[in-house]
Amino acid sequence: MVFETVVKIIGEQLGVEDLSTVKKETSLINDLEADSLDAVEIIMAIEDEFSVEIPDDEAENFKNIGDIVAYVEKNK
Amino acid sequence: MKKRVVVTGIGCVTPVGIGKEAFWKAITSGVSGINRITRFDASQYTTQIAAEVKDFSPEDYIDKKEARKMDRFTQFAVAASHMAVEDAKLDTEAVESERFGVIIGSGIGGIQTLEEQHQRLMEKGAKRVSPFFIPMMITNIGSGHISMALNAKGPNNTVVTACASSTNAVGEAFRVIERGDADIMITGGAEASITPLSIAGFCSMKAMSTNNDEPQKASRPFDANRDGFVMGEGAGMMVMESLEHALKRGATIYAEVVGYGMSADAYHITAPDPEGKGAARSMENALRDGDVSYKDVDYINAHGTSTPYNDKFETMAIKNVFKEHAKELCVSSTKSMTGHLLGAAGGIEGIVCALAIQNDTVPPTINYETPDEECDLDYVPNKSRKTTVNYALSNSLGFGGHNATIVLKKYS
Repeated sequence: MVFETVVKIIGEQLGVEDLSTVKKETSLINDLEADSLDAVEIIMAIEDEFSVEIPDDEAENFKNIGDIVAYVEKNK
Repeated sequence: MKKRVVVTGIGCVTPVGIGKEAFWKAITSGVSGINRITRFDASQYTTQIAAEVKDFSPEDYIDKKEARKMDRFTQFAVAASHMAVEDAKLDTEAVESERFGVIIGSGIGGIQTLEEQHQRLMEKGAKRVSPFFIPMMITNIGSGHISMALNAKGPNNTVVTACASSTNAVGEAFRVIERGDADIMITGGAEASITPLSIAGFCSMKAMSTNNDEPQKASRPFDANRDGFVMGEGAGMMVMESLEHALKRGATIYAEVVGYGMSADAYHITAPDPEGKGAARSMENALRDGDVSYKDVDYINAHGTSTPYNDKFETMAIKNVFKEHAKELCVSSTKSMTGHLLGAAGGIEGIVCALAIQNDTVPPTINYETPDEECDLDYVPNKSRKTTVNYALSNSLGFGGHNATIVLKKYS
């Protein structure tokens, strides 16, 4: 469930319509062409959605969507 | 040796139509773009009317992902620039990108973004302010985005002189080409300030019409019963080129830009000089710059905001500059139809002058019903007029006492 919601948020923030290719291994920056500002906004939206706080030093270590999902599942 | 400069492309997003054809058809038919405000609930405001842009889909011109990160004024700016480039049949991949630049004006920039993010700050705290807040709000981001959209790597600037912004921008772009710093410039202006805070501010100044019951009659420049301006929004962009460059690529030429003048009232933050001296100096400077005799001017697209002061003092200024010829030339205010696009006004009004020259047609001042003895020129009341337009002049006068004028000429 967390994965689907995270993907939906990313899709909205980046204006990606076809989300079928987005997997846990997908990288925001390398695969979806997000820039550093996009990444900040996505993290913010995820924090809002799951009422979690993601510290900057944690967010900087996320390599792909799976890392975000794992963090949210562990901390929500 | 100064380069000659011509207008070769037109793009616009206006309250009376999107695109050159729709816009020109509407303003020569006397169509008002003013209605009750729909962009937010204005029911508690003293002014509840504005000239909103209708049926605008940013995705028609801009990638959806990019459009989300642009304030509405930038969306207008980029859309109108794409239209202007297309109209000019300019292949942006073939031009020398370092000699292709952008100078546009905007009075307020991304105020909608500022209001939204301020609300987030108040409701959710500092950590919820978007990382895109600053790059969406800053007024210069419009010309930044245009440069990226069109790969224009040459001179780039944004002029902020309130309601004179885009006439100053057009004039500055003209200068850039004239002195040989670029071959092609995108110039004009964009504004999107029909927002809760902005309208509230103008309401408090009592600068806007409160004719909420008859929106389409509210903007009535030079009419004795005028009671303030009506806010508009949109963008007007032109492709400006050195004549040399335009001829080499076989471009269609709308008009030649021959003069630019500006001045300051140095009088009051918002009220115009009570003798219209600043506006007069601006027009004189533009005529002198273009080596144009006042007797040769056929049409003035007036600033004509429909405020009691502006129209009276602008009329006075025109009479001082044009002497006996003032009553022979045509003066009209297209703000009677488009509303006042603030920092984008000079963009669409420069376009009006170019099209008036191309079509030998002067658009009217609509809602002109009751003459005011202090406004006694030929305002082309209510119906457009077919007449030869060899020279046209566009005035923009802004808060802060900024005055700017450009002079266009039929190309020959």
